[in-house]
Amino acid sequence: MTGKLTVVRAGALTTVQDRGRRGHAHLGVPRSGALDAPAMSLANRLLGNAPDAAVLETTLTGCALRPDRSVTVVVGGAPCPVTVDGRPASWGVPIRVPAGAVLNAGGVTAGVRSYVAVAGGIAVDPVLGSRATDLLSGLGPAPLRDGDVLPLGAPARRPALPDSAPWPAPPTELTLPLRLGPRADWFTPAALSTLTSATYRVSQHSNRIGLRTEGPALERVSAGELPSEGMVLGAVQVPPDGRPVVFLHDHPTTGGYPVIGVVTEAALAAAAQAAAGTPIRFTPG
Amino acid sequence: MTRSRSVEVRPAGRHALLVELPDAEHTAAFHAELLRRRSAGTLPPVEEIVPGARTVLLDGVTHPEELARRIAGWEVPARAPDAGGLVEIPVRYDGPDLGRVAALWGVGADEVAARHSSYTYRVAFCGFAPGFGYFTGLPAELHVPRRDTPRTRVPAGAVALAGPYSAVYPRATPGGWQLIGTMSDPAPLWDLGREEPALLTPGTRVRFVAETGTP
Repeated sequence: MTGKLTVVRAGALTTVQDRGRRGHAHLGVPRSGALDAPAMSLANRLLGNAPDAAVLETTLTGCALRPDRSVTVVVGGAPCPVTVDGRPASWGVPIRVPAGAVLNAGGVTAGVRSYVAVAGGIAVDPVLGSRATDLLSGLGPAPLRDGDVLPLGAPARRPALPDSAPWPAPPTELTLPLRLGPRADWFTPAALSTLTSATYRVSQHSNRIGLRTEGPALERVSAGELPSEGMVLGAVQVPPDGRPVVFLHDHPTTGGYPVIGVVTEAALAAAAQAAAGTPIRFTPG
Repeated sequence: MTRSRSVEVRPAGRHALLVELPDAEHTAAFHAELLRRRSAGTLPPVEEIVPGARTVLLDGVTHPEELARRIAGWEVPARAPDAGGLVEIPVRYDGPDLGRVAALWGVGADEVAARHSSYTYRVAFCGFAPGFGYFTGLPAELHVPRRDTPRTRVPAGAVALAGPYSAVYPRATPGGWQLIGTMSDPAPLWDLGREEPALLTPGTRVRFVAETGTP
């Protein structure tokens, strides 16, 4: 440990995230990890961090942090105002935060989740090979609370400080390419056509477990129960109310509702940044 | 032998296959065969092998269509009945739903303990929470429905029944299963200090041992 960060303001939901846990799904352990993985990777790259260095993922309202030594940080992902001791600072590029100063990542101006990466990474102890907070199973560090203190790792090297980076804008409309299966045959032909022709909207009840949707209900061929089966990231599960739920990184590893199709993993970063009310179109993919 | 035609392989996105088997026994045999082939180095790289009630999910597969074709040609030997390690779980049969289960079984409360502890179970699959296993092995006439109203908190160590399954809750969570007993020290079910945190992994055999004496 080469320093620490004190959490001055934890925000609505701020968690430690990295690339998550693989290979433990058969034990009921979700993958977890950053929902907007490209944003986490870009922030780490800008700092010269390893790609699996742990970062903070905020939700809508940002967070504020005070390091006990001078650190280089990147605030990226969902755009938000950034200040250091109240003075405006740059979003999306490396900035210096002096020892004892307060870095504030403010409320998002678009999107949902901002990422705060620190040179050297957040050095909490890994659990099953990952430092990620998993909200479903409770593995990894608990969501941050005011006053928490986080250990920092040693910066690998002095990074170049570019003055611009290619941060994608959060989506104003979400397009989710989907392949049918494994349980598309549980749905009526009309439901399959509705899925790829109707417009759904992101529900405010979405979270790290699933992107919930509002829109026309998808009708099943029969009302039977599906024996529990393994679920992949991006699975579009349809509960009895007929509204599709897109499984995100903290999803349960097995489930009992039929999966009508699976969304391409590359599209899930945009899903993580789609605010409540954003229109969704499922397209064949 | 499980003939390949009893296996149905369904696509699950670009990198996964859901292999569907006719019943729990064939699923166990197919799962064991996958693990055997993986340790023998004859299975292409797979990130996750996740058994379910009548399926095995293969996730993180580079060429799923090719693997699907190969699986269709497999002959899967029946699983040896004593395959998998054996774990004994001490139980006090003192759960709040003991009377209800006794009524459903048409026996006295004492007889629930005797029957439930007389079978050897097998962890068919895990899920719901880390360390939570779904044990098969209860005969069909002893299957019971879930509770109409789930409890908001089931204590860690609760021994429970629902449908064809028996289980032990590794930690306190909400839950709708019928609670018939208590494992007094559930800590070993999920211990992150161990190299393998889960005590009960798919394939593990389980026996419940009734504890005597006053609860």
